[in-house]
Amino acid sequence: MNLPTLIEGRNLSFKDLIHNFLLNISGLTIFNIEFVKQAFKPPFEISEIRKHMDELGVKTFPIVSVMGIIIGLVLAMQSQPVMQRFGATDFLPSMVSLSVVRELGPVLTALIFAGRVSSGIGAELGSMRVTEQIDAMEVSAVNPFKFLVVTRVFATTMILPILTIYVIIIAIFGGYIAVIITENMTFEYYRASVVAAIQFGDLIPGIVKTFVFGYIVGMVGAYKGFTTTGGTEGVGKASTTAVVMASLLILIFDVVLVKVSLWLWPTLG
Amino acid sequence: MANSRIVEISNLSKSFGSLKVLDNISINIERGENLVVFGRSGTGKSVLLKCTVGLLKPDNGSILINDKDISTISIKELNSVRKNIGFLFQGAALYDSMSVRENLQFPLKRHFDMTQKELDEKTISTLELVSLADSVDKMPSELSGGMRKRIGLARSIITDPQLMLYDEPTTGLDPISSKEISELIINLQKKLNMTSIVVTHDLICAKIIADRVIFLRDGHIAHEGKIDELTQSSDPFLKNFFSQEIINE
Repeated sequence: MNLPTLIEGRNLSFKDLIHNFLLNISGLTIFNIEFVKQAFKPPFEISEIRKHMDELGVKTFPIVSVMGIIIGLVLAMQSQPVMQRFGATDFLPSMVSLSVVRELGPVLTALIFAGRVSSGIGAELGSMRVTEQIDAMEVSAVNPFKFLVVTRVFATTMILPILTIYVIIIAIFGGYIAVIITENMTFEYYRASVVAAIQFGDLIPGIVKTFVFGYIVGMVGAYKGFTTTGGTEGVGKASTTAVVMASLLILIFDVVLVKVSLWLWPTLG
Repeated sequence: MANSRIVEISNLSKSFGSLKVLDNISINIERGENLVVFGRSGTGKSVLLKCTVGLLKPDNGSILINDKDISTISIKELNSVRKNIGFLFQGAALYDSMSVRENLQFPLKRHFDMTQKELDEKTISTLELVSLADSVDKMPSELSGGMRKRIGLARSIITDPQLMLYDEPTTGLDPISSKEISELIINLQKKLNMTSIVVTHDLICAKIIADRVIFLRDGHIAHEGKIDELTQSSDPFLKNFFSQEIINE
């Protein structure tokens, strides 16, 4: 795998930045092709995937729990006065659940996950690169791409949908807390309204796109870490650019995937 | 009949951009020999080692290890050659996220069919060779610089390689630790009958280890011979280089 070398320097011209941007796209494409080549070849390093699912995923639960509760609370609190003006507060459960299931849950969880995990992978692999640990792995006849990259990308791809479902549940519960403060609504009515509002066509596109977001988070973090140059300064840059690049790609792919899901499930519109 | 030469490097050249680091270098190394590579910083000593193990691809020339040209073979064949090579990196390159035990067992688990009991026995016996058996469950962050080098050395020799490559094995260590590491290298070499290529600036280390020394300068082999021949040479450059080393010594 021959990855392109980016132009280094503190004061890069606009032309150099464009050049680096195109090199990053080409590098990421090569990295993706290598992933496809390596992912389904043994050995599968299952224990490593499990370890990363725990490190990268399970330890993200506390922060996404807080985020989930706040999304639900704020969404319901801000919508309640407007809906009350139209006498439509009965629709608050549907509004909160549909917003969270279709868009806010998947995208915000992915962005938080990118902030925590993409930067972590970028920094970890980056420091392994500059301290020659990746070279040491290669010299000991172990494929570092397979051991370090494939396992992490699999872990992020599998854990993000689980985190998202959890955030959706927590956010809907957060919405309920906000609703009972201001409205005389029973939990049974809230639950029944939520269940009636969410259709198969709402849930599936939202969850399916989190597999793509999880893949982006793992892949971008690993790419930036694996290609780190320039010592500890390079590790810092790898970590920062991994978050920026992963967040941007998540937002771009969100637009594309919403368009695709509207094409597949026209009733969503 | 097996070739008496384990490494045959012919007309090796390597450049980075416009900077020619190695220029048409040829070196042969006999089995069981300890070759020390001297040279000022930036003269391509580490690049030579990295080309030898296939981490860098040469621009020209061939590198034969056990009669296989590692610059042209497939990655699968290269990995099979690498199983017979150990490499001690300058900073030891221990895997930070793994304990000493996991570091040592990492190559074993992937290349040998061994039970956990056999893995543990091999790990302890190898750590005993570097006198650090009691550090088996420590993390790399709990080790001193000298201990990291020893553990790195243990990880490199655990697969019983025929060829060991050392990149500045004594850099960053105090003189006593440097001497201990150098003596450890020569003792292991005798015990395990390995061939070694050692890149170093350290004259004490070279005096303990070297059967033969080459001196790299401007991408070429400027001098070659026994260590005493080089230290007593009348060449002004060598005189200057080794006088600095002797001051450090």
